[in-house]
Amino acid sequence: MSEHLLSVKDLRTSFTTDNGEVHAVNGVSFNLDRGKVLGIVGESGSGKSVTAYSIMQILADNGRIAGGSVEYNGEDITKWNSRQMSGFRGKCCSIIFQDPMTSLNPVFTIGNQLEEAIRLHTNKTRAEAKARAIEMLTLVGVNEPAKRVKQYPYELSGGMRQRVMIAMALACEPDILIADEPTTALDVTIQAQILELMQDLQKKLGMAIIMVTHDLGVIATMCDEIIVMYGGRVCERGTADEIFYNPRHEYTKGLLRSIPSVERMKERLVPIAGNPINLLNMPAGCAFCARCDRAMKVCLDHVPVERQVGADHRAACWLNDLALKDEAEQRAAAGESAGAIQAATGWVKNQSGEWVFDPVAEEGGAEQ
Amino acid sequence: MAKYVVKRVLLALLTILIVSAITFFSMYTIPGGPFSSEKALSPAVMAALEARYGLDQPVPVQYLNYMRQLIFHHDFGVSLKTGRDVFETITTGMQVSAKLGLSAAAVAIVCGLVLGSVAALNRGKLIDRIVVFFTTLATSVPSFVLATLLLLVFSIQLKLVPAWSATNQSYVLPVISLCMYPMAYITRLTKTSMLDALNQDYIRTARAKGVASYKVIFKHALRNALIPVVTYVGPMIAFIITGSMVVETIFSTGGLGSYFVTSITNRDYPLIMGVTIFLAILMVTANLITDIVYKIIDPRITFD
Amino acid sequence: MNKPLKKHLLSSQIDLAKFAPASDAEKSQQEVMSESTTFFRDGMKKLMRNPLAVGAIIILVVLILTIIIAPMVIPYGYDEILKVDGKRDKTAANLAPFTYSENEMAYMEKTGEKLFPHIFGTDKLCRDYFARVLYGTRVSLTVGLFASILVMIIGVVYGAVAGYAGGKVDLVMMRICDIIYSLPDLLMVILLSVVLRETLGNAISGTIFASLGTNMLSLFIVFGLLYWVGMARLVRGQILTIKENEYVLAARTIGTKPGRILRRHILPNCLSVIIISVALQVPSAIFTESYLSFLGLGVSQPMPSLGSLANEARSALQSYPFQLVFPALMICLIVLSLNLLGDGLRDAFDPKLRR
Repeated sequence: MSEHLLSVKDLRTSFTTDNGEVHAVNGVSFNLDRGKVLGIVGESGSGKSVTAYSIMQILADNGRIAGGSVEYNGEDITKWNSRQMSGFRGKCCSIIFQDPMTSLNPVFTIGNQLEEAIRLHTNKTRAEAKARAIEMLTLVGVNEPAKRVKQYPYELSGGMRQRVMIAMALACEPDILIADEPTTALDVTIQAQILELMQDLQKKLGMAIIMVTHDLGVIATMCDEIIVMYGGRVCERGTADEIFYNPRHEYTKGLLRSIPSVERMKERLVPIAGNPINLLNMPAGCAFCARCDRAMKVCLDHVPVERQVGADHRAACWLNDLALKDEAEQRAAAGESAGAIQAATGWVKNQSGEWVFDPVAEEGGAEQ
Repeated sequence: MAKYVVKRVLLALLTILIVSAITFFSMYTIPGGPFSSEKALSPAVMAALEARYGLDQPVPVQYLNYMRQLIFHHDFGVSLKTGRDVFETITTGMQVSAKLGLSAAAVAIVCGLVLGSVAALNRGKLIDRIVVFFTTLATSVPSFVLATLLLLVFSIQLKLVPAWSATNQSYVLPVISLCMYPMAYITRLTKTSMLDALNQDYIRTARAKGVASYKVIFKHALRNALIPVVTYVGPMIAFIITGSMVVETIFSTGGLGSYFVTSITNRDYPLIMGVTIFLAILMVTANLITDIVYKIIDPRITFD
Repeated sequence: MNKPLKKHLLSSQIDLAKFAPASDAEKSQQEVMSESTTFFRDGMKKLMRNPLAVGAIIILVVLILTIIIAPMVIPYGYDEILKVDGKRDKTAANLAPFTYSENEMAYMEKTGEKLFPHIFGTDKLCRDYFARVLYGTRVSLTVGLFASILVMIIGVVYGAVAGYAGGKVDLVMMRICDIIYSLPDLLMVILLSVVLRETLGNAISGTIFASLGTNMLSLFIVFGLLYWVGMARLVRGQILTIKENEYVLAARTIGTKPGRILRRHILPNCLSVIIISVALQVPSAIFTESYLSFLGLGVSQPMPSLGSLANEARSALQSYPFQLVFPALMICLIVLSLNLLGDGLRDAFDPKLRR
């Protein structure tokens, strides 16, 4: 069963704050295969970064994984002790952060920090580690690497620092690289360079990448699969093409409408109305219902369940379920058995002859 | 770097000069000379005495004379009360004061760093609460109150620690009274800066690299947390020096601090001048070293 | 296709009616927002939730009420030598708390009148010690409070001018600060107190300052001369940072007048820092005052302050330890509650500490 490199199942993460328990991630599942690129998209507070930190178990002091599992090569790493986790971080899975300005320790030199990462997971001597550090800096396109290793972070520009972060993350050739908004804090031209670099390195080194971002445009060309998150849940997942050209969740549609693009320059951008969800008081139903134009009564008190909506495409929206009613009626008209209709669409007629929605659990698939 | 050091040294010298000038001139505005308390001195004897010590000249001239002697001959003058050389008095006093002050500083720094780190790492737990309670209490008790209470309880009532004498020099109580406040202060400082450092992004980076948690704390966080603590070392030295005045007086240990207190009541100008300038040099030097060390351990500071 | 239908574990059947569009009202109910609060209200709420700070406020209020009301109630003055039946009571020296002197007991037996008890006993000059400690507390608190206010006024004005003017003015003003800052402060304080105590007497005789006493006045002068530097630096730094903030720039670009920027943006942001700093300055001023009084450089006799009371008690430490314990405890209590209050204010109002 461990054919996946990384398998996240029903992950739940919460934070204890002064104002109560914040449920940042509420049951997220996904699989990542060797050498693939997975994109996680969502606005601030959608739980995308927390998902990434939960995998690495580098949550802030007040955060904890409240449920679910993270399986790496079939082993549940949430049950690992801190020594095993130290071996996992940096060696099996690395992460680069949003803000390169603050992510490097200001009181140590670049070389010192790179060598530390290298020597933690290999048996290299100081000299070898230094050579490797210079090699990595060259690989990520830092000019004059021999000079840079002696410099302190404050002496480098933002783009350079992000390159150093990437060099540090890849120094021990991890299987997985998590990039947490790697380009958000950088200038647009630098953004493109860094993304290109990451694509290059992915081809060269063949690691799997999890790209966490709020910017759909950034990852469109890179990702094999995209997950759209809202309110700590997955609302839609699929290939980049499916997500872009055939979105099946109202939030994804809103997100796409709010992206500026050259083709649609004359159109007005449509922002998603309303405020991001308050994670302290999660609504009983769909997290997005308060901002959704097409919200239904069911959305208010029932959490939508993720269902297959295309070959490589799944979404969690009651509207998709409603759409299946037409299909159910057609099948009924064609004389199919009630059981078959229910299995295919989830709709069934009750005693009084009215259609009710009562879906059959998917076989094999985890309950979302 | 060199430019910065030169600039700081010049400021330090200026400070010492200002301190000496303030001390010298303000001493002379006090009515009543050093001989006014001794009765039945005839005007002639008085004049002779003043001429002997150069007190009959105008004040600025006296100041220049004094500074010339000080700079070229390391001569602080002679105590008007005891007739002993002031420099010699200071060096004898320093034997006790230096031991006392340095022990207090060492205890304060070591205990403060340990307690502060422990409190930061166990934030919100019982041990943190105990440390916070203790430090709040310790910063609320003036050193003279603490010293007197310690003397009362341990020396007089319980007779655990013998009173100070030439043969029985017990530094325990004076050191405790001196180090308590700076120790509590360093504890609080370490705790805040440690918590601050632990919340920084680079700590997350270090953890993400796979650095073991104790090493994250002692290498990555502590190094950054030390920076604000280092800045306190200068003020701490100043605090310990002034604190030693009352503590040395209360425990009658002798020493520079208690000389200063008695020289003020005795209006012993040369001794006041000498001790003030000497202590000022100590404090200014401590500040100077603190500033330079601060620049060294924090590479972000530019030397301008 | 005829295998038994597995029912979904979590959902029951959902009626078609539930798939009708939801109204805006229904949707808005879902949108539970955090309660919106102002900076001040949020801070006060936090302060009131901090039991230590609340305890400190209660202790301070009780203390202040006591030092205001109690001297009106007790029949003894702080500098009044006890008298029984109009005659000086020589037996009333160094009484233990809640005891009477021989003469007083004899008097009470004779007349049956109940004399007001000496709550803290008496001192060696036959003065009621409770009255002395009360007045000492009054003096110490007053000195601490007014010295801090003085420091605040000088510091805020100086710092604001330097921060606002900028350029050469700022440079010169800050160099002066640097020099004063580098002076060993307590050493200078001691020295100046000695000098001012000796010289001020003639200068102020006959003016209203004379009633304050030279020592009290010299304390204020010394504080005013030396301790404003920290506050000035703080205020200047604050103003410089706030001036650079984007919201000030934004306000400026939409044409807000400087006066409004100062009122709406700069001042409110400085205020919490200033208040916190003053709150923490008061205990440190009390500390310094008691320290100077302990060295015999504080307020003049017969006016007591907590420091001078502790100093006087030192000579009879072995025989009458309570004479030290009462003023010492009082200093600790005041400084402790002020420190706790200051910490509480900082935790509640310092924007940098919010989570």
